[in-house]
Amino acid sequence: MFKSQAPPIFRATIDTDKCIRCKRCIQNCGWSTYSWGGDRVQIDTSKCVNCLRCYHYCPTEAIEILKEETRFKDNGYWSYNHIRNIKRQAETGGIPLTGMGCDREGTILFDHLMLDACQVTNPSIDPLREPMELKTFLGKKPSKLEFTKDKNGKRKLVTKMPPNLELAAPVIFSPMSYGSISLNAQKVLARAAKECGILMNTGEGGLHEDLKPYTSNIIVQVASGRFGVNPEYLNAGVAVEIKIGQGAKPGIGGHLPGEKIPLEVAKARMIPVGTDALSPAPQHDIYSIEDLRQLIYAIKEATNYKPVSVKIATVHNVAAIASGIVRAGADIVYLDGFRGGTGAAPGIIRDHLGIPIEHALAAVDDRLRQEGIRNEASIIAAGGIRSAADAAKAIALGADAVAIGTAALMTMGCTLCGKCYTGNCSWGITTQRPELTARLDPEVYAVRLSNLIRAWVHELMEVLGALGVNAVESLRGSRERLRGVGLDAQTLDMLGIKPAGR
Amino acid sequence: MNHDFQKDIAGCGLTGLISKKRTRVSGAIIAKSLTLMTDRGNGLGAGYAAYGIYPDFEEFYAFHIMYDVQSARFSVEEYLKDNFHVEKVEEIPTTPVPEIAINPLLVRYFISPLKDKVTGSGGEEDFVVNVVMKINSEIDGAYVFSSGKNMGVFKGVGNPSVISKFFRLDEYEGHIWTAHTRFPTNTPGWWGGAHPFTLLDWSIVHNGEISSYGINKRYLEMFGYKLSLLTDTEVVAYLFDLLIRRHGLDVETACTILAAPFWKDIDDLDPDEKEMVTALRQTYASALLNGPFSLLFGHKNGLVGINDRIKLRPLVAATKDDMVYMASEESAIRAICPVPEKVWAPRAGNPVIVTLDN
Repeated sequence: MFKSQAPPIFRATIDTDKCIRCKRCIQNCGWSTYSWGGDRVQIDTSKCVNCLRCYHYCPTEAIEILKEETRFKDNGYWSYNHIRNIKRQAETGGIPLTGMGCDREGTILFDHLMLDACQVTNPSIDPLREPMELKTFLGKKPSKLEFTKDKNGKRKLVTKMPPNLELAAPVIFSPMSYGSISLNAQKVLARAAKECGILMNTGEGGLHEDLKPYTSNIIVQVASGRFGVNPEYLNAGVAVEIKIGQGAKPGIGGHLPGEKIPLEVAKARMIPVGTDALSPAPQHDIYSIEDLRQLIYAIKEATNYKPVSVKIATVHNVAAIASGIVRAGADIVYLDGFRGGTGAAPGIIRDHLGIPIEHALAAVDDRLRQEGIRNEASIIAAGGIRSAADAAKAIALGADAVAIGTAALMTMGCTLCGKCYTGNCSWGITTQRPELTARLDPEVYAVRLSNLIRAWVHELMEVLGALGVNAVESLRGSRERLRGVGLDAQTLDMLGIKPAGR
Repeated sequence: MNHDFQKDIAGCGLTGLISKKRTRVSGAIIAKSLTLMTDRGNGLGAGYAAYGIYPDFEEFYAFHIMYDVQSARFSVEEYLKDNFHVEKVEEIPTTPVPEIAINPLLVRYFISPLKDKVTGSGGEEDFVVNVVMKINSEIDGAYVFSSGKNMGVFKGVGNPSVISKFFRLDEYEGHIWTAHTRFPTNTPGWWGGAHPFTLLDWSIVHNGEISSYGINKRYLEMFGYKLSLLTDTEVVAYLFDLLIRRHGLDVETACTILAAPFWKDIDDLDPDEKEMVTALRQTYASALLNGPFSLLFGHKNGLVGINDRIKLRPLVAATKDDMVYMASEESAIRAICPVPEKVWAPRAGNPVIVTLDN
């Protein structure tokens, strides 16, 4: 066994003067970076992922995690990661895995969009003094309403309204399965969703018994592995989502190794303990748009016509695909941009496939309007929503709501170390190791996640107030309230916005 | 879809009156009311809409068209002759006034669509709307002021008294009048940019800025409307057309959509009403007019005044006998009706709906 030529990225250090030998760092690190050397803590820095669990739990602030200064020679073309990956591939012959969303630098369109505000000709509105409405409905809307009048001239609604999901704010949690995240992490999402009047999504991992009290705030997902799917499951939540693809890994499936399938996960997924849970790349009963239509209607039949969402990764022809999905009968189209997170994805797929959510969202909203079917389905934008500002901009581009995954996990301790696929998450989020998951107290962390949503709600209200509107639907698709800074003419045209100054 | 437009912004004053018994009132009256509100305009636009002014031609669509260039008149008239029976053509009578150095050519047509040209399910009115859209968006230098039956719009660049004198408004009598003085903040005056804006017999005068313009515009484009004027007010006119004429909703329901009640108030409604208003807000979310406005909406059967849902622009109403007056300022009403029976400020989002007696 030779020493790896892929050098450590971080250098974990302990100030021995400050260290009181309490061994909490050893206990807290899920990656076994620390061990007890008899009189002091020993450090294997190659195992450190910079998740900062030890740092937060060191009582004397003795720990510092530094960037490893010893590096390959700087090269403007061959980046550090290029060289390091080649070394790793030479050693293993495998595909380097990654977790969380694409972290490559590059143009981030959200950061080039600026929102409008009122001055003189129209008054801004103070959300602390005036009503400010964020209530959002997801689902199909009729293109028009019909009324009749009774003998007394009282109007009566004739049009039957399709079922819609009511949200207190245009933000939901993105699908994350039990298996990819811990049950406690799912409980945090479920509690916060209920508290905030929004929704969480089971992901493709079935529905654990403990989540049943929260089903009025849960979307259940059906994906290519069909884990945990039976009539009871389909009917448990408020809607069903068919997952075709994920922004972080368009075109590929998933593989949860048998070691991560203990009894509870196995029960929820309805598979034997310890077997690998394989989600095929495509759904093998959906090879075409007409197949999708059949599944949508099969699910509608099975659920007495609950709303059906279809989640896709944003790929090059996303507008045409989304149009097909709407025409196939979906009530919601969930667009997951290439910056979207994942528990595990090959680096090459995560970092090089798909397109940004900003482009995809603009293209889909345009296409559905051109075809006169924008009312037929709601659009959820996801894949890299980092802040309420991103959410506001996505809504202005045309989204009915945004979905957040990574941001929600951060409230539980996630620091974006990106090692979810190892199953060693020291914060108890992306792991099934009982000693690690026990750290994540659903009650405590649900408060933090609810705080985040509450904070974003306040921020969105401030933005609407500055824009001089008092309902979110007046920002939705109102690209006139956006301007682009530093974007070329073609990009502006694609996004359907004007450059700043015009 | 066109997104690279420059939107027009303007402040304003408005006034209107209706005689429920269809007593015809001289244009001089409404001009007197409008002229009083000098602070609300800056002389860059004023206009009037009048209903009941063409009783001798009430069967015909009255097209008021302005031409910036003579050649546009040839194109339009050729197009009209191909599609309509033309009963009468004349230049709109005007009086030279020193304040107006140059004015566009203003012509009115009394026409009815040729039966074999009207195809599709929308019928005659859809046909006329399409003609108006086509002239406005495709024939450079031509712009349709109004296109309804037994009504017409007189508007231009100038202050209210100049425009009324120029168009000899004292020679017209109507049973509904609306009027508007304009305070544009960013564009040089253009005759077509003055209010009222119309489509068929709908006319809108509007004070305010529609902060939801962007989505209202894109929503209307889904239904085939071409928004060529880039003003808030055009959006309002087309929304009324969509909701009332094409979707068959009544005026009250249309107002519920445009200035929707807040969810907190919807929660207090009885279950049937709650279900209905919720369905309206869900279905017509993109038609909600957000931002400050007061507006008067005239149509062949009546007059409607409405404010935005938190009343960020003034609107006062008054009654006297069978007359109802609505204006930006009470003084504008008292200028022509010194002792009204009742004067009130309509509440935010609550429309004042006046219908002509049968």
